[in-house]
Amino acid sequence: MPRLLRHALFILVPLIAALAIAPAVYGNHLLLFNLIVFMTLAQGINIVYGFTGYLPFGYVGFFGAGAYGFSLAVMHLHASPFAALALGALAALLLGLGLTPLFRLSGAYFAIASLAAALAVLQIVSNPALEHITNGPYGVSLSGVFDPSLAYAVALAILAGTVLLVIWLRNARFGLALQAIREDAISAGMAGINVVRGRVIAWLLAALIAGLTGGVYAWYISVFYPETVFSGEVTVFAIVFALFGGTATILGPILGVAILYGIYNAIGISTPQYFQLVYGLLIMGLVLFLPNGLVSLLRRRGVDVP
Amino acid sequence: MKAETLLLAVGIEAGYGRVQVLWGIDLAVLERETVVLLGANGAGKTTLLKTLLGLVPAWRGAVRFLGEEVTAWRTDHRVRRGMAYMSETAVFPGMTIEENLLIGGQFLSGSALRRRTGELYAIFPALGERKRALASSLSGGQRKMLGIAKALAGDPRLLVMDEPSAGLSPLFVKEVIRVLEQFRSRGLTLLVAEQNVKFLELADRVYTLEGGRIGFAGTVAAMHENDALKRAYFGLK
Repeated sequence: MPRLLRHALFILVPLIAALAIAPAVYGNHLLLFNLIVFMTLAQGINIVYGFTGYLPFGYVGFFGAGAYGFSLAVMHLHASPFAALALGALAALLLGLGLTPLFRLSGAYFAIASLAAALAVLQIVSNPALEHITNGPYGVSLSGVFDPSLAYAVALAILAGTVLLVIWLRNARFGLALQAIREDAISAGMAGINVVRGRVIAWLLAALIAGLTGGVYAWYISVFYPETVFSGEVTVFAIVFALFGGTATILGPILGVAILYGIYNAIGISTPQYFQLVYGLLIMGLVLFLPNGLVSLLRRRGVDVP
Repeated sequence: MKAETLLLAVGIEAGYGRVQVLWGIDLAVLERETVVLLGANGAGKTTLLKTLLGLVPAWRGAVRFLGEEVTAWRTDHRVRRGMAYMSETAVFPGMTIEENLLIGGQFLSGSALRRRTGELYAIFPALGERKRALASSLSGGQRKMLGIAKALAGDPRLLVMDEPSAGLSPLFVKEVIRVLEQFRSRGLTLLVAEQNVKFLELADRVYTLEGGRIGFAGTVAAMHENDALKRAYFGLK
């Protein structure tokens, strides 16, 4: 059986099936929905960071752009949720295209510049002077399209498409070319790889994923403020989850979200007073002892982690 | 029958910032020929090779490859056309041997790539035995071999090498020369920048580079007849 098919059958299918039946056995629908959102975002980080080495602290900008693209389409164009999702994705893609000059930077400079860009978008969206368009700081309410069950199913479909994309990258030459760019961009060019094209494609794919996720998030919760969908926490969580599991793999970000988001909620419900402490210690431990994520435990033993 | 000119550089001037390194370099490499570019550290060898590959832009002059003017082409475009470059840091250390070869030949078709990597594993059996090992786990000499294999994975017309002997023991230098000899006999064209005169064993023609200018251009035999060159490069009194 080809590797791609094997990965799809043994990772993608069980994951989606489990999340599809989960609402029937577990009552906290919002928690499950957020789990899907973070799994998708962590895979988006995986594509842009794991495969090309750019760490975007401002990744939430695409999520917010998707959420607001969706909302504006619903509020002003009275678009159907699916058309609005497409417009949300388009908004994120346009933002991604507009930010491509940031690729001249690298490392921390890129990370910070992308964060500044996300904050700039937040400031524009929440500007009271734009109240007639974005509702400014007062947030949006989309009660007309409210349909959490359908939104959940669509979010699951977006996750499935994203994981499938990562499975393809893990097995295709294009994914290998991206990893070569991450290792050493000049050497990659010397091997005949079009470095600029590779980076831009990975960046736009990640933007598209976050835009779709932001759109479906807006649809699901339907009432939110600019700070909700441009929150720095969204990026930090997505990055920590992806790194905890291990990037440039299919399984790493999935495991990272399942375990850390699970712990996050367990502590948050049982002993909220210790939450920050436990979570902080966990992240410190990760950086000190497992900088390459959980999957590196297996990799060191020579296991080829998908 | 006259051999075709594969690579031709005319009047190349290049440098970094305001510092000019190359001053009017003329250089030609004919099909199936091995050309050695001899020069001391700082003579401009690496800059010249990088200019030929497009990694350093040429200020003036032109580079022609396979009859086409490629001076303004991006590196990856030149590589796809049939140039391969092996720098001193030739491999991706964080990737496996197999992945390194797949990247080297990533613009070939699937079947051509499989055939090519099969050939390379036959020539470098030590690599074939450890396909899944990370390149960082290889010794310096093995890494150099992987570098050569990776550069050749795309089945290039011309292999440009920057100091293949750097950091190698004399024994391994011999091994590198033996391997290159093998590819040369199969019709590969080579342009090798070196300061190790051992590589003259391979050369059809030699260029010497001194202070960013071509000093001598000609056959190895002609070089031996020139007393000044003999003193400078072979250390003979």
